[in-house]
Amino acid sequence: MAKHHITTTINGEEAEYLCEPQETLLDVLRDQVGLTGTKEGCSSGDCGACSVMLDGRLVCSCLVLGVEAAGKAVETIEGMADGENLHPLQQKFLEEAALQCGFCTPGVLVAAKALLDTNNNPTETEVRYWLAGNLCRCTGYDKIIRAVMDTAADMRGA
Amino acid sequence: MNEQPKQYKWVGTRAIRPDGVDKVTGRAMYGADLALPGMVEGKVVRSPHAHARIISIDTSKAEALKGVTAVITAADMPVADSKPVASGEAMINFKDLANNVLAREKALYEGQAVAAVAATTAAIAEKAAALVVVNYEVLPHVIDVMEAIKEDAPVLHDDMFTGGVKPKPEKASNVANRVEFALGDAEAGFAAADLVIERKFTTEPVHQGYIEPHAVVADMNPDGKVDVFCSSQGHFMVRAFCSQLLHIEMSKIKVTAAEIGGGFGGKTTVYLEPLAIMLSRKSGRPVRMTMSREEVFRGSGATSGAAMTIKMGATKDGKITGAYAELYLQAGAFPGSPVGPAAMTAFAPYDLDNVKVVGFDVVSNRQKVVAYRAPGAPISEYGVESVVDELASELGIDPIEIRTINAAKEGTQAAYGVKFGTIGFQETLDAAKATEHFKTPLGPNQGRGVASGFWFNIGGESCAGIRVNEDGSISLTEGSPDIGGSRASMALMAAETLGVDYHSIKPSVVDTDAIGYHFVTGGSRVTFATGMAVVEASKAAIDELRARAAKVWDVDVDGVVWEDGHAKPASTNVGDFEPMSLAEIAKVANKTGGPISGHADINAKGAGPAFGTHICDVEVDPDTGHVTVLRYTAVQDAGRAIHPAYVEGQIQGGAVQGIGWALNEEYIYDKNGRLENAGFLDYRVPVASDLPMIDAIIVEVPNPTHPFGVRGVGEVPIIPPLAAVSNAVAAATGVRFNQLPLSPPTILAGIAASK
Ligand code: FES
Ligand code: FES
Repeated sequence: MAKHHITTTINGEEAEYLCEPQETLLDVLRDQVGLTGTKEGCSSGDCGACSVMLDGRLVCSCLVLGVEAAGKAVETIEGMADGENLHPLQQKFLEEAALQCGFCTPGVLVAAKALLDTNNNPTETEVRYWLAGNLCRCTGYDKIIRAVMDTAADMRGA
Repeated sequence: MNEQPKQYKWVGTRAIRPDGVDKVTGRAMYGADLALPGMVEGKVVRSPHAHARIISIDTSKAEALKGVTAVITAADMPVADSKPVASGEAMINFKDLANNVLAREKALYEGQAVAAVAATTAAIAEKAAALVVVNYEVLPHVIDVMEAIKEDAPVLHDDMFTGGVKPKPEKASNVANRVEFALGDAEAGFAAADLVIERKFTTEPVHQGYIEPHAVVADMNPDGKVDVFCSSQGHFMVRAFCSQLLHIEMSKIKVTAAEIGGGFGGKTTVYLEPLAIMLSRKSGRPVRMTMSREEVFRGSGATSGAAMTIKMGATKDGKITGAYAELYLQAGAFPGSPVGPAAMTAFAPYDLDNVKVVGFDVVSNRQKVVAYRAPGAPISEYGVESVVDELASELGIDPIEIRTINAAKEGTQAAYGVKFGTIGFQETLDAAKATEHFKTPLGPNQGRGVASGFWFNIGGESCAGIRVNEDGSISLTEGSPDIGGSRASMALMAAETLGVDYHSIKPSVVDTDAIGYHFVTGGSRVTFATGMAVVEASKAAIDELRARAAKVWDVDVDGVVWEDGHAKPASTNVGDFEPMSLAEIAKVANKTGGPISGHADINAKGAGPAFGTHICDVEVDPDTGHVTVLRYTAVQDAGRAIHPAYVEGQIQGGAVQGIGWALNEEYIYDKNGRLENAGFLDYRVPVASDLPMIDAIIVEVPNPTHPFGVRGVGEVPIIPPLAAVSNAVAAATGVRFNQLPLSPPTILAGIAASK
């Protein structure tokens, strides 16, 4: 089958790749573009490990085709820090031990950032429902929820 | 929360983990993240049947497909000897392990590997897998543990005769083994009781549910050397198992531990690794293999479903006089359920004179179970803690009080054999009782449950190396895959011992060529055992540092002490020397004898048993049967919390896995023995919106055998939730369900039946 030549923007930089029509954005990011920070936990939209932003919308990259990213802007975990400066969420996750194995972490961070970008004063319930699509089997979510709430508080204070 | 004792500068602090930045930026390399030049992709062909004889396998069509580089079946694998080995905390036979990795004569469960292929792309490998033609003779199957022990049940292994019974049975059966132990006379204990309660319980099979599927990259050179990169709880285990299964010398296999995306016991054995090596040998190229989520559910991990009878008697004032347990645990396709530890832990929290426990290890047509956090204990202690709760409420005694009356303490003879040393069970009960949570009133349809849990914790082989670099920084090497922040704990213990800045230490989990054998990351052993190795290696480095300072000062080494990161003269008699810092000694190392290091290779003994007590509040919706966990407190004796935040994390994560086990998680099979819910949509692990905060309270009763008092924390917290949740549901509804999971239909049916 002929491959499609896709031009897109990934983490603010122009990027191009060749992909088969049935390949997911997740596979393309990991195998063609070499951005393995986005994880695969299920490939069925149930775990959120593959969360990325597509034109400002939070999506499961395992449910998006590589060809669909044409002309759009993709943001992944690799683009979250500003050079050496971690995003406040990344920093807070480290300070508050909101990760154990760290496998869910890229997806959780991308999703949490999407929340704080639109709502910097979420309630605990809002954070819990927003992150309900991001499975974490290690932490019991307690420290994740606290880290997101504390980051929001810092960002409001700043 | 306890703050660190004054004498410690680093131990007990919440330092940022050394591998943290890699993990929040997406840099960390997990099992599936490695790509090598020329790498091909492997795929497993799995049995669609729960029980079937393999008549023939035709690989010719798959081999002919363009892009396919190798196809393997059990015929490509050496025939394994029948030999038991430790797998995690259980034993497994290599013949069984080989059959589990690649079925030879029979497929014993849906999802068992029967062949594997490698091809230039994953899509071609998928196609090739579908072209492997396996001719099966489908056999009758059995899944449920009580069905499997019936006289007329389909027998999985016609050469399996129940062990542990005399005389040896004449007929093969699915009961692999019977275990029994006793203390005193249980019957006499029941005769002395004012109240005896006997209940039957069932629990369903559940999966560890690590978010990272199994993944490996293997590369075999033409000269027979093998490089393996994989996600596992023990790269030395992977080396040993692959060596045994494939008859390759250990020194020829180098295994590098990828970052691991959760394991909880499920990554203490091999599935893909030997296949990837065999495919690489045949392909002449590196091979990557990853499981899909479906394959993870069908073909890996998981623990037993179980049935049990628990009988306990007590006097009016709450003293337990007799206890009896009969446990039946699924082993899956091959012997080796965690019935042993289930039996040993069942009554361990209590100081009892009269105990009898009988357990049965039962095979059935499911994947071979593998360790899951405190293997077996959540099952047996669920039954026991439920009966203790019922005794308490029948006798009108507070649930914490009845546990206090019977709590094991220092000197208690446990029925499973040991006499406890210093333990902190009572301290967890006291801390639970003192919580504001325990005193808060409840509303309508709400209930509160309390339950405790016990786990042995283990030691085992670990090694560590401390290298003092020329600039005074420290490279710390060890070989325990870091699942939840253990690099941080290792560096904290080294910093404390050496008296240097935590940030000057870089801990690394190194490959199997670079350090000595480590037992797996499991059994709550890493902070205890590998931590002990790190402390000993640090002390060895200190001895060397003292010797070097002695050389500089031209004094006897006995005249030099190590304090606060500096060599100092032991007294004014030794001489008047300015203390030398570690960095100053390192700088002149070339003049005093060369590089400075310290090493330790140990088999750690004296792991400290640990206990926890949990309090759970629930609300049950009488119309839908839905259970909401309103509030949760988990108290645990950690001995010493080296890194309190990661200790709390273990407690919180374990508690939530236990809540999932209690409320939503279960394997559901159709009538053909095929799993119906092999995905996260239908196998529902707890999500953030299901839960409240989990209040973790750390109690510290130091383990006297560890230099900092560590006991190990990972496993205890999954034990109490099963009974804590179901005791709370019983309090809320007035109905005792005695079965898990407490799903809405179960609750509704129970409420209806009680009316
Ligand atoms: S991998 Fe996309 S949601 Fe799980
Ligand atoms: S930290 Fe392991 S899955 Fe979230």
